[in-house]
Amino acid sequence: MAMIFMREDRQMAGSEEKRGFWGGLREGLRKTREGLVRRLDRILSGKARLDFQTIEELEELLITADMGVGTVQRLIQKVDSTLRGGSGQGPDLIRSRVKEAIVEILQPREAPLEVDRARPFVIMVIGVNGVGKTTTIAKMGWMWKREGKRVMFVAADTFRAAAIEQLVAWGDRLGIEVVRQQHGADPSAVVFDALQAAKARSLDVVIVDTAGRLHTKTNLMDELKKIQRVAGRVQEGAPHEVLLILDATTGQNALSQAKLFHQALGVTGMAMTKLDGTAKGGILVALAWELGIPIRFVGVGEQMEALQVFRAREFADVLLGDEEG
Amino acid sequence: MFDNLSEKLQALFKRLRGHGTLTEANIQEALREVRLALLEADVHYKVVKEFIESVKEKALGQEVLQSLTPGQQLLKVVHQELVRLMGEGERRLNLSGSPASLMLVGLQGSGKTTTAAKLAKWLRAQGKTVGMVPADVYRPAAIEQLEQLGRMLNVPVYKPAQGEDPVSISVKSQNWAREKGLQVLILDTAGRLHIDEPLMEELRKIKVAVAPKEVLLVVDAMTGQDAVQIAQSFNEKLQITGVILTKLDGDARGGAALSIRAVTLRPIVLVGVGEKLDALEVFYPDRMASRILGMGDVLTLIEKAQAAYDEKKALELERKLRKEEFTLEDLLEQIRQVRKMGPLEDLVKMIPGAGNIRGALDPTFGEKELKKMEAIICSMTKEERRNHTIINGSRRLRIAKGSGTTVQDVNRLLKNFLEMRKMMKKMGKMRRFAMGRGIPLWSR
Repeated sequence: MAMIFMREDRQMAGSEEKRGFWGGLREGLRKTREGLVRRLDRILSGKARLDFQTIEELEELLITADMGVGTVQRLIQKVDSTLRGGSGQGPDLIRSRVKEAIVEILQPREAPLEVDRARPFVIMVIGVNGVGKTTTIAKMGWMWKREGKRVMFVAADTFRAAAIEQLVAWGDRLGIEVVRQQHGADPSAVVFDALQAAKARSLDVVIVDTAGRLHTKTNLMDELKKIQRVAGRVQEGAPHEVLLILDATTGQNALSQAKLFHQALGVTGMAMTKLDGTAKGGILVALAWELGIPIRFVGVGEQMEALQVFRAREFADVLLGDEEG
Repeated sequence: MFDNLSEKLQALFKRLRGHGTLTEANIQEALREVRLALLEADVHYKVVKEFIESVKEKALGQEVLQSLTPGQQLLKVVHQELVRLMGEGERRLNLSGSPASLMLVGLQGSGKTTTAAKLAKWLRAQGKTVGMVPADVYRPAAIEQLEQLGRMLNVPVYKPAQGEDPVSISVKSQNWAREKGLQVLILDTAGRLHIDEPLMEELRKIKVAVAPKEVLLVVDAMTGQDAVQIAQSFNEKLQITGVILTKLDGDARGGAALSIRAVTLRPIVLVGVGEKLDALEVFYPDRMASRILGMGDVLTLIEKAQAAYDEKKALELERKLRKEEFTLEDLLEQIRQVRKMGPLEDLVKMIPGAGNIRGALDPTFGEKELKKMEAIICSMTKEERRNHTIINGSRRLRIAKGSGTTVQDVNRLLKNFLEMRKMMKKMGKMRRFAMGRGIPLWSR
């Protein structure tokens, strides 16, 4: 068994070197970017300033990237007012202003997750059904394991069929211990036992996988609150991170998800998965603008290294197609 | 942001009262609101554009019905057009052949496996013998998940050989189904990105090998603008036959439904509305239309008001109010108009964002109260109804006995009636009393 893990690890590490840190995101966002760039160029070519038609087209362009009407309008207002002040308003300037405006919104949310400030550092992973919680957990686990940290997974999704088996399969593949009970067990009880063990053995990072649930179901939100309380009872300050996973394919509902999960649990970080499709990712700008929650990671592919620390400028560069940026 | 489109439109249209027809000028601003509402609901912008154009074409020049405001009239056109675009009656699954294979395809996390189980349960309830096939060999424990669901439902699940590839699994399961005498076979394929060429090719191979009766695209109702590309790619590669929309039990407005319909022209067959395995429903285009517009059942309300309210009577009432001729007989008429529209609580519930209205209404002022008022007035003589001043003590006692109420009830009614008259007189003077339009009593 150990042989298998080592081989997989090597493969993963090799492919990571080849692709470079942001290469994955670039590649993942290429479709989005190609569309955006081509259209942005078309819109901006020969335009001296933001006239009505340009604004309309810019608005549509950004909306197609799921940025949301409200955010887009605010963004355009912002860009328009900065342009009015200056002179020499060529298309390049307009584009760089749009990008700067986006960076300005995203920058304050750029705050990588520091897992060294507690031991064990407990991360509770939450989100609606099917956003990629378990896969993200596997990717995070692999990342920290490579850094030499001792990681534990906790299978607190005791509801969905074979959710435990899914996490266990990842644990086996990555060589990470998975604490589990049977299907239908009380998730808080699973977390309680796991944290006791993790504390006794002084592990570095504990990642708790919870069942996906729609943010509108109050009873299920209460279950998460209970898990949170129980974690805090075993270890002061736990969970240190309540990490909300969002699916990049999701449209404006991501805002509602973030708001309601935040209201119930006090979300401390967000990660966006599946940024490797087409025309997506804009909702992160809306999220950054409307909520003060740090964005920790973006997931840009199925490979293990396709989970990357969120960087505002790189994200904006890729979104608007400025590779040099 | 645009949770309450209808409220916005109402406000907008208050300024537009008195127009006889819908014109470019009086619907422009409203169309803009509709456009924003659709975008907020995640309908693709190109689809929105086309939709707005077609609504405009249909609406322009339309005569505004007597009992409606231009706003309500336009909203009706918008709603009708949405319903028309999203559905053409009920669509039944093609279950001919032995077995009839149904192939579920879609992105990761859209809910294919859960939907497979729901579908199995749903079809079995219709008397079919059903089996499920796990053709997802990529996601860890995906096969195990379907097996567990099968055990829960007592539905047989094909067991793939170790390392068997999805195409082979799909082909072999056909014989397995025949041996077991199954009528329907549900193929649960692996989630994949629509731009993942090798995996899309794998699906095409499965389709060619199995010749499924239905290829159903499973889409998350929360999907954003990308729904168009997703649906287009899957449709181009696989010629999907229908769509299943999942996770509709959340608060997503579900504009993806319209986008998908627009680019594929395939029907939305079923919707997933919960985590339980029986939470699968037939798709209702009218409900979806209201949901996308974010306007509750305001359309039903408009229609009810339209049916219940007679314009001529309303005008007569307005005249009477101005001349202070409002009598108990008129009050009776009003009560009957309101009651014709259905239970009051239901009516209030139909108004989107009705929270404040519900709060403003006296909680006791419900259906029961209206019934009581009706009974009391009915126990009065014609003369008493026309001239309330003659109702003395002994008349009150008689009316109470006749209506099965108490003198206090009669007194309260008379007091309310007088207050109402006073208030109406004031409002009449301000000429803002809008009884002649739309909904009586609540119209502001």
